[in-house]
Amino acid sequence: MTVISLSKEDLGSAHRELRRRKLTAFLFVAPLLAFLLFAFVAPIGSMLFRSVHNPNVADLIPDTLERMGEWDGDALPGPEVLNQFALDLKRLANERTSGRLAGEVNRIMPGASSLIQSTARRVRAVPDEDLQERGAALLFESHANWEQVAIWRAIRQSGKAFTVAHYLTALDLERAHSGAIQARDGPRIYVTLYIQSLRIALTITLLTFLLGYPLSYYLANAPTRMSNILLIFVLLPFWTSLLVRTTAWIALLQTNGVINTTLMGAGITSSPFNMLYTEFATIIAMTHILLPFMILPLYSVMKGIDPSYLRAAMSMGARPIPAFLRIYFPMTLPGLSAGALLVFIVSVGYYITPALVGGSDGQMISNLIAFHMQQSNNWPLAAALGSLLLLVILLLYWTYDRLVGAKNISFG
Amino acid sequence: MKTISAALFGFAALLAASTTFAQQQTLTAVSFGGAYGAAQKRHMIDPFMAKTGHRILFEDYSGGIAEIKAQVESGNIQWDVVDIEVIDLERACAEGLLEVIPRDILPPGDDGTPAMEDFMEAALENECGVGVIFWTTLYAINTETIGANKPSTIADLFDTKKFPGKRALRKRPQVNLEWALIADGVDRSKVYEMLATEEGQARAFAKLDTIKGDVVWFDSWSQAPQLLNDGGAIMVQSANGRFYAAIQDEGRPFEMIWDGHVYDLDVWSIVRGTPKKDLALEFIKFATGTVPLAGMQEVAYGPTRQSSGALVDPAVLPLLPSSHIDVGVKADGVFWADYGESLGEKFNEWLLK
Repeated sequence: MTVISLSKEDLGSAHRELRRRKLTAFLFVAPLLAFLLFAFVAPIGSMLFRSVHNPNVADLIPDTLERMGEWDGDALPGPEVLNQFALDLKRLANERTSGRLAGEVNRIMPGASSLIQSTARRVRAVPDEDLQERGAALLFESHANWEQVAIWRAIRQSGKAFTVAHYLTALDLERAHSGAIQARDGPRIYVTLYIQSLRIALTITLLTFLLGYPLSYYLANAPTRMSNILLIFVLLPFWTSLLVRTTAWIALLQTNGVINTTLMGAGITSSPFNMLYTEFATIIAMTHILLPFMILPLYSVMKGIDPSYLRAAMSMGARPIPAFLRIYFPMTLPGLSAGALLVFIVSVGYYITPALVGGSDGQMISNLIAFHMQQSNNWPLAAALGSLLLLVILLLYWTYDRLVGAKNISFG
Repeated sequence: MKTISAALFGFAALLAASTTFAQQQTLTAVSFGGAYGAAQKRHMIDPFMAKTGHRILFEDYSGGIAEIKAQVESGNIQWDVVDIEVIDLERACAEGLLEVIPRDILPPGDDGTPAMEDFMEAALENECGVGVIFWTTLYAINTETIGANKPSTIADLFDTKKFPGKRALRKRPQVNLEWALIADGVDRSKVYEMLATEEGQARAFAKLDTIKGDVVWFDSWSQAPQLLNDGGAIMVQSANGRFYAAIQDEGRPFEMIWDGHVYDLDVWSIVRGTPKKDLALEFIKFATGTVPLAGMQEVAYGPTRQSSGALVDPAVLPLLPSSHIDVGVKADGVFWADYGESLGEKFNEWLLK
């Protein structure tokens, strides 16, 4: 029996070589890793964190909040809390950060913003000793609302650095004063919008399948010259700016647009249809925009299917429809899965098209996320809404994986 | 010897060039673009660059304070001077996102009136801004298609029996809720007081209900003149400058209805923490002078200085919001800072119903 043994040097150099190769391989993917970390992991991580962590108020009035620790929340907090708050408010007014406190408390209690701001202006010039002595009385003098428990509850609630309140809001729920979770006493829109977004996304996925499948089949089986030309027609809109395509739909669908004038000119209808700024417009424009995402994976999978399978089935006596359904269709499933997942996931978070052509009933959850990012500046709530959307998509993907198997996805 | 002196001369010239280069700074100013932005470029940005030799990068944004907030919070200040709506100014200033602009640096008007008397009161109300324009939100009709029976009031906008057809409004609670109350008979001076109560809000939404099926909701001001032009709606809401530009530059047959218009100011403000604060102040001093402000009449936005009024073309005067203050409502920035978010949510809920 011969044992091949390497000398120590050989072994060492082999290890070195292996390490070197691993390092080179790592260096090759390092830029991508760094990119993913910066452009994907970090922003999503910070978004998830922001949805539960909002230390603004805790940083602004730490002393007041500390003194509130003992307060039961049933009657007004004691004078030491109120005096301390008056002191804190003065400091914020002079640092010009009282608006931050006002904005945060206003989210919980609309109207609190002007209350805090006007009081901040009044206490700005009062000496500290006076505020320590009779800050509470000064607050009551400046506005009667300071004598209500609600404002102090709102301040305490906004002072919690870690909270799930935004997730509750995003699910149209709220925590009652007693601590129980109940339906939100205010606008309940988010669950409706999630369902609407999923419904619209599903409709679009279905439509792209109905339109894309026969086309892909034709493309895959047509002569190369023909299919190349047709593929350009599929890709051309894909290369056109999203805004241009959306605007084109506006031109087509508007009251005196191309479609309505044609229909009225042909005498099919006497008054124009109301198509723009509806859910119909959102669905049709997005179907058009997302169609290539369905066609391309389907086409590349179909291209790889040997036509002899179908011929074999037919030659053994299968009728065309069962042969197609039992032989051909299952083989295209990986492409269909890939296309459907792409279209669905892209469309469920779509923003610009529903914003431009959706009007009132074609809105999706992303439009409300944008509202809270850009207009109300309630970033924690926007983050919670975004995180829930991500969660819904992951859940759907997981269900899909259990039912169909993610291994079945193929882009060709 | 000659070559040496030539070299020295060249070196000195280079040195001189590099020092002027060092003195020349670049300022980033941000505004709303469109015809308004073009007028600002012509009357404020370009003359300032010609006068001082500094460069200004003039960019567009669509309003709101989200971008300013992001820059200040991250400490990565990219904008120096921003044109901001008063409705957002209150909040941005209180949140410490803007620099305080000292009033004593503002130059007197060209007629010698001290700045504090020359500026209208509302233009200097907030310490973080200096007023640039009065502008307003109103609705307009297309005189070619409206027929003989013309609407003339906010109540007409809500009267679908007398004026059947689509109304185009911007998809947000601001202005629309005010109009709903005015149409329902609330006095213009009481509108915000009413809207701060539950009953007032319910009343406004109930009034909006009466035209819900007849409204086209759009998302961006630029869509508005288009809707009026292509017949998408018979009454369309927008900023008066947008309609003015469409009438003046494109010859559209639009007519503005001033009843119940909701007017507001735009101000120049400085993003807090910018390293170019001094230059930003220089720019604001220049841009809010009598002549640059008078230039805003090109887009029918009213100047904020009394001394600029003398420079306004008499033909434009009746089209400025300042000539219709008696039938208008001043947009209440404090109210919308309080109720913008909660009414925004309620408005979206109402849309979905």
